[in-house]
Amino acid sequence: MSLDAAMVRRIASLSRIRIEDAEVPRLQAELSAILGWIEQLNEVDVHGVEPLAGASAVALRARADVITDGGIAEQVLANAPDRVGEFFTVPKVVE
Amino acid sequence: MLDFSIAAAADALRARKFSARELTQAHLDAIATLNPTLNAYITVTPERAIAAADAADAALAAGTAGPLAGIPLAIKDLFCTAGVRTTAASRILGTFVPPYESTVTANLLRNGAVFLGKANLDEFAMGSSNMTSAHGPVTNPWRRAGDDAALVPGGSSGGSAAAVAGHLAMGATATDTGGSIRQPASFCGIAGIKPTYGRCSRWGIVAFASSLDQAGPVARSVEDCAILLGSMAGFDPKDSTSVDVAVPDFRAACARGVKGMRIGIPREYRPDSLPAEIAALWDQGISWLRDAGAQIVDVSLPHTRYGLATYYIVAPAEASSNLARYDGVRFGARVDGQDLIDLYERTRAAGFGDEVKRRIMIGTYVLSAGYYDAYYLRAQKVRALILRDFTEAFAKVDALLTPTAPSAAFAQGDKPTDPVRMYLNDVFTVPASMAGIPGMSVPAGLDASGLPLGLQVLGKHFDEASVFAVCAELERAAGFVAKPALRA
Repeated sequence: MSLDAAMVRRIASLSRIRIEDAEVPRLQAELSAILGWIEQLNEVDVHGVEPLAGASAVALRARADVITDGGIAEQVLANAPDRVGEFFTVPKVVE
Repeated sequence: MLDFSIAAAADALRARKFSARELTQAHLDAIATLNPTLNAYITVTPERAIAAADAADAALAAGTAGPLAGIPLAIKDLFCTAGVRTTAASRILGTFVPPYESTVTANLLRNGAVFLGKANLDEFAMGSSNMTSAHGPVTNPWRRAGDDAALVPGGSSGGSAAAVAGHLAMGATATDTGGSIRQPASFCGIAGIKPTYGRCSRWGIVAFASSLDQAGPVARSVEDCAILLGSMAGFDPKDSTSVDVAVPDFRAACARGVKGMRIGIPREYRPDSLPAEIAALWDQGISWLRDAGAQIVDVSLPHTRYGLATYYIVAPAEASSNLARYDGVRFGARVDGQDLIDLYERTRAAGFGDEVKRRIMIGTYVLSAGYYDAYYLRAQKVRALILRDFTEAFAKVDALLTPTAPSAAFAQGDKPTDPVRMYLNDVFTVPASMAGIPGMSVPAGLDASGLPLGLQVLGKHFDEASVFAVCAELERAAGFVAKPALRA
């Protein structure tokens, strides 16, 4: 599997990671090498095998749909890089 | 005092041979002396440690002390600690101070443990050498005979392992996603166990790959690991994958012996490339267990060879989702941008290191439209086959014995530049992570240059007791007494 430069840029964009033009060739080589190595899985016969999502030997349990926590706005906001009152701030998104 | 095991120190504290404050101060002094060289701690919390030690001394005097009262520990900087900076060794969490305590560390505090500080690790626990930390690499306290080259401690729990090996803590918390407890334990000549997935709560541990992450202890003896795990483990309603089963007496299991146990030797763990020294140590381990009365059984785990490739789809896929939360808005570092997307992209470009970026990008790719079935779904199916291999093997045996890692610690300067070569460090540890079964590394011998090598014991789901029994037997037989060059 070899990724072209456009695909590397697309993956970076989906990942919300800014990459500079100078980084593209290196990422192209590294990601292509990893994906090429991963392709060994194509030789495994997985016909009729159910996918396994987790390592737990036990089914997830359900709990009552009730509020168990809350009223801790100050704690939630304590690490915010920027805030106004009880709100997080972001650049303007609606004109 | 610094040479004591946790078991012996707990007895000495109760007999008032020394105080918790003296024991803690001795460790803080050791950290002040050696941490500038080892870089095992990112953050040291001397005032909190002394206050906790004083509280332990008061509890010991009053007869109300918990089982870990006054025992000084290092906490991997992936566990959220209330009021103490928790970085995950990433720039993006450089100033993050959690307002809450992880369940595992809360359990240790409840039992009286003293936290010395936060241990270094690979960034977001992604690495096998501790070279990806934003706070600089950790140096292994061991040196090759006649060679001063700085060696890696393994990873990702490299700071935890180096701190314990160098006597900068009596034990430490660690986490294991594909080998991050067992491989550094092997590289640093100490013991470390990844328990069954679901045994320890993941609540309050910075998430990497949620279907694989498990907390566990590292310590200088198998029994000390049993003591720590007994305190860390237990059901927690706040983690939906925490399992509500009783925590057995792991310490008692260490004295059980292996007479009559069936120990499986998976033939696929002996590739042609396995160094002769490691193959010989494995054979020695087989002999020790046979001499102690175990029955040795040849078993096959045919999909083991696909474990790593499966891991490097599943773990990055989960990481790409988990790390989406670092967006520069709610917590962590922010780099401003001209609009919201630009803010996200600049924040994440500046906040994450190269390995983390690579894994997020691989994970994003294998989950993206058009590639999901070919990569992620296929990996989940191979994962099912890996689990099936273990299930079939465990129908015939009680535990498995393998090497922990394909090499001893390597030099910081010999770090592979090819990411895939670095990933091969975890070839023997990853399959157990994929299956969710417990695995432990115990120091068993030295290589020709005097570096420690570990053996790994794998057990059935929730049968850590058998793992402890086998590892304690190996520990008795190996009589491993070698000590690292750099220690307090």
